[in-house]
Amino acid sequence: MPLMPVKFNLQKRVKLAQGLWMLYWVSVIVGILIFSLGIFFKVELRKRSEMMDNSESHLVPNLLILVGLLTCGFNAFGGKVCHDSLDPMKFAKWKPMLKQYFMAGLGFNVVLLVVALLCFLMQFSVYLTLADGLKYSIRFYKDTDTPGRCFMKRTLDMTQIEFRCCGNNNFRDWFEVQWISNRYLDMSNDEVKDRVLSNVDGKYLMDSVPFSCCNPGSPRPCIQHHLTNSSAHYDYDLRSEELNIWTRGCREALFSYFSYMMNSIGALVIFTILLESADMAGLKYLTTSLEAMADPENPECESEGWLLEKSVKETIAEALGKVKALVKPNQVQEGGEAPAT
Amino acid sequence: MALLTVKFDLKKRVKLAQTVWFMYWFAVMAGVLVFSMGLFFKIELRKRSELMDNSESHLLPNLLILMGLVLCAINAVGGKICYDSLDPSKFSKWKPLLGAFLGGCVAFNALLLLTALLCFLMRIPLQFTLAEGLRNAVRFYKDTDTPGRCYMKRTVDLMQMEFRCCGSRDFRDWFEIQWVSNRYLDFSAKEVKDRIGSNVDGQYLMDGVPFSCCNPSSPRPCIQFQMTNNTAHYSYDHYTEELNVWRRGCSEALLAYYGGMMNTIGALVILVTLLEVGVTVGLQYVQSSLASLANPEDPESESEGWLLEKSVRETFTDITAKMKAVGKGAKVEEGGEEAAAPPAAS
Repeated sequence: MPLMPVKFNLQKRVKLAQGLWMLYWVSVIVGILIFSLGIFFKVELRKRSEMMDNSESHLVPNLLILVGLLTCGFNAFGGKVCHDSLDPMKFAKWKPMLKQYFMAGLGFNVVLLVVALLCFLMQFSVYLTLADGLKYSIRFYKDTDTPGRCFMKRTLDMTQIEFRCCGNNNFRDWFEVQWISNRYLDMSNDEVKDRVLSNVDGKYLMDSVPFSCCNPGSPRPCIQHHLTNSSAHYDYDLRSEELNIWTRGCREALFSYFSYMMNSIGALVIFTILLESADMAGLKYLTTSLEAMADPENPECESEGWLLEKSVKETIAEALGKVKALVKPNQVQEGGEAPAT
Repeated sequence: MALLTVKFDLKKRVKLAQTVWFMYWFAVMAGVLVFSMGLFFKIELRKRSELMDNSESHLLPNLLILMGLVLCAINAVGGKICYDSLDPSKFSKWKPLLGAFLGGCVAFNALLLLTALLCFLMRIPLQFTLAEGLRNAVRFYKDTDTPGRCYMKRTVDLMQMEFRCCGSRDFRDWFEIQWVSNRYLDFSAKEVKDRIGSNVDGQYLMDGVPFSCCNPSSPRPCIQFQMTNNTAHYSYDHYTEELNVWRRGCSEALLAYYGGMMNTIGALVILVTLLEVGVTVGLQYVQSSLASLANPEDPESESEGWLLEKSVRETFTDITAKMKAVGKGAKVEEGGEEAAAPPAAS
């Protein structure tokens, strides 16, 4: 009892072939889209890799690029088969490959599912990498003379300006590190000496933030220094001042940016899975309706197409039987040889 | 003696019509391109109109938008004519309009060239608008509580960060005006009273710049205040310090940005003009080759196509004669009526 049989006459077959061909071309375009999104994601990770200590995982974008290319190739092949399906001569050369094609399609859908899951789950890894990376970025902000880190200040300033954020968790992270290089501190000055001696590590700490934390939307000129001292500035109260500097932390800002990107890509991959399933179902109907033609010479005869030749249970039992046969071929062969001799 | 004659047989005519039809579709896309460039330019001007005192001229983008739309229409009609040219019955309905259409195309090409020229020339008024607008923008930076100007500070800050510039001419513009609002000045402090008393207008001037002038590439934290006082900062010399704040003025930066955009658009409009001239010439050959068929009933007959029916001079005298005839048409009509009326009466 085949699964979901549908009767086809010539007109219906032609319509199915044409519709399926269009669908395959849409799938190719979706494959190109996944490929380019993978490249975009990789480029974005590279751009901000300094913020993540150059230790971010490029697994997801690489997988997306690979999967995008595979989707294109797969669906282009499927489209070609569709295009040739209405010409019996051309279709005959594709017939033997169809079974493997469907198996490969099933496997490919599983791979797509894994990629979609990764898109959603790898966000945790990105979050942790960001937290660590930003902590180091803030610590190395002042090292503009250390080779390999001399652009950290510029990168962090540009990131804070672009993403409208300040510090790792919030602006108070800047109070805990020395972000002024020792080259610009007058060590003979009493005030400097007091500050340096006032903490265990001998760091010049202050309650100030860099200029890139400033919010241009503030009605008054930016207050960067002596942030916790309300009396240092006229008409200023730290607790009620919201527009002066960005209150959001850069980890949260960068994470929401990457998370939005990864969620969108994951949704697109799930859409691709559905599209691929529809493609394969359509192709199955088309090929079975062509094979089941009562009179192969007469293209106008009726035929029946189905999804599976037997019901789901029987198909699974058959597949398991085949797998067992593959695993235990020796026993069957020995048994076969003994009676012959 | 026709200008630049070319012999055509049926195959050549068909090829010509197909090529010109193809070119017309390119020209339609070029029209869409011109339209979208005009739209983009208009949006960019609007985005920054606050910095130009809302007095910038929108002549060029409006002209580009109009030209783009007319280009699309003209080229669509031209393409249709080409498409119909191989079918005599369809072509006959276009025949009477072709002369006027080609004349219109030539005039339109001249307008396109003028638009391209305008793209390069409009830089000059823009320079003056920018200089004036930015001077006012810097002056109104502090007025964050004045309705209509409360976003000037944010706009100027964002512009200085985006275009990497400071002040109108350079960062010293900030030294000449008060950019801190009076609401945040403690008038009971002696320092404030001294500064205000030290100049005629009673403004709180300082040798400091806003934070948006800071250059992130500087190896040291940004020095915004007391910039001309070397002793106020350790190891600082304001004569040799180049990386601290942006040294370019925003007039220059914005002019370079808009100037580059206008140059690109002007170059593209010139290319579109060349394409238009090409399709007009092609259509003229199509029309003349079909008009000069030796045997109108037989499509396979040979024919001759030309650029101009007579030489340039004769065409020119023809046109001036026609214009004179149109000018004296009224007089001829009046004279004709008078002459006809008396014989009818008598």
